[in-house]
Amino acid sequence: MKRVYVNEKWCLGCHLCEYNCAFANSGMRDMVKALKDREIFPRIRVEEGDSINFAVSCRHCDNPLCVKGCISGALSIEDGVISIDSNKCVGCFTCVLSCPYGCISTSESGAVQKCELCTKNADGTPQCVAGCPNNAIVFEER
Amino acid sequence: MKYVVIGNATAAIGTVEGIRSVDQDGEIVLISSEPHFTYGRPLISYLLLGKTTEEKMNYRPTDFYEKNHVTTMLGRTVTKIDKDAKNVVLENGETVSYDKVAICTGSRPFVPPMEGLDTVEDQTAFMTMDDAHRLATLLGDQKDKDVLIIGAGLIGLKCAEGILHLSKSLTIIDMAPRILPNVLDAYGSSFLQEYLEQLGMKFYLSDSVAKFTTPHHAVCKSGLELDFDVLVVAVGVRPNTQLAEEIGCDVNRGILVNTHSQTSVADVYAAGDCTVSHDIAANVDRILAILPNAYQQGEVAGINMAGGNTVFDCAFPMNASGFLGLHMITAGSYDGEAYITKADGMYKKLVVRDNKLVGFILIGDVDRGGIYTSLIRDQVPLDTINFDLIREHPQLMAFAKSARAKKLAQPH
Repeated sequence: MKRVYVNEKWCLGCHLCEYNCAFANSGMRDMVKALKDREIFPRIRVEEGDSINFAVSCRHCDNPLCVKGCISGALSIEDGVISIDSNKCVGCFTCVLSCPYGCISTSESGAVQKCELCTKNADGTPQCVAGCPNNAIVFEER
Repeated sequence: MKYVVIGNATAAIGTVEGIRSVDQDGEIVLISSEPHFTYGRPLISYLLLGKTTEEKMNYRPTDFYEKNHVTTMLGRTVTKIDKDAKNVVLENGETVSYDKVAICTGSRPFVPPMEGLDTVEDQTAFMTMDDAHRLATLLGDQKDKDVLIIGAGLIGLKCAEGILHLSKSLTIIDMAPRILPNVLDAYGSSFLQEYLEQLGMKFYLSDSVAKFTTPHHAVCKSGLELDFDVLVVAVGVRPNTQLAEEIGCDVNRGILVNTHSQTSVADVYAAGDCTVSHDIAANVDRILAILPNAYQQGEVAGINMAGGNTVFDCAFPMNASGFLGLHMITAGSYDGEAYITKADGMYKKLVVRDNKLVGFILIGDVDRGGIYTSLIRDQVPLDTINFDLIREHPQLMAFAKSARAKKLAQPH
């Protein structure tokens, strides 16, 4: 299946992917209204180093420890995509404890959030990748 | 092939999903004493807290049994396994045959002898959906009940979290000198205790109830006297090993299983809180009654029952146990060299032994803590990563470029 992969040598550390992610999942049409003067909760996050940067988001593992450890059945895997039912999630953070990549985070609502490859928003295809100016993240089969 | 799964919680569901990942056609019969659709057992405290509802507590979608072609016998109890006839015997004498059987019977409350306990009518354990309903009924909605919880472990404290807002007062008593002794270190315990006291909980530690002189009055070993309206007994649990023991499975407190989730008796598997696991962080065999462990043991049992070949060999304690706004995740063993950070509202401890991270405590800030868990799980030699960097906060930057490429540029 297609996943988001990282080419770390191309990452400029511009954080555009974080903004595009937060906007895509805001449900709003106006990026300024969606993001301006707000703390954003993106599902992809850039790690910055002295000479290296890269963006990390859910790996959509074939053997997802987050799903296996979920106490409520809120996390599930379907056709390879791991998604969260925020209605069922109680915010216990067992998934935060389980994810080897640190890709599940808190949200405004108290439920956890994670990358769902933009399958649940209006875009339908990963907006972090679509907006990356340098192909430092790509959405492809490997 | 015909499979029988005894139980209907995490390990049992893991077993069913494990079987179906290999064998889509074999017959599966799932038998459980509880009459309910499979539900997330740790959610019972969140139910009382109002963070979930009974409808949302279903651990799998409502068509789960149908979709997986599972014949359920809910509200039925297996009283015996006949390993020679290869069937299980139910409470009414009915038998169900099997080719492979999985024992996922979990645990039951342990109640130490306390004089007069049987005279206390308004008491409950806190393990099941029915316990949660009973507790809700006992408390009512007037916030006029003084509650006494015996036990300051995870069950007692999660119960306390769930019902604080429903109680006039909430008192917790435990024999141990500190709360959550199996999950936290001494500083973590006092940190959490202070937080919970500020919210209104009252603790009496290093003490226990000697006797109940009336159904609403306890006298403690220290001489302390406590009045209460509702009693919750959450002292501890005991694994349900009887079915396995009777057929000669090796049992040492819990059912002994190998990394394939097989017991010592042919075609009999076991998974979850009724079993003993090998804890790779402390390097000891112990009962690890935690949900992620139960699922993975169950899944491995199911795959192997159905003819696959897979192992679960990386068990260790791990708990996400937040309380009323204070988030907390912990894993592994605390025996080793400690790296500690303390600040307002947070506590962090990393424990290193033999060039490996073997345990950690994160209270307050738990962000990306699973990266630490992965160091324990994968037993990563710390001299292969930038430990100074990862000590500051969990990050993939600390790994070597090649390790990072594996994580971020390859499917897995």
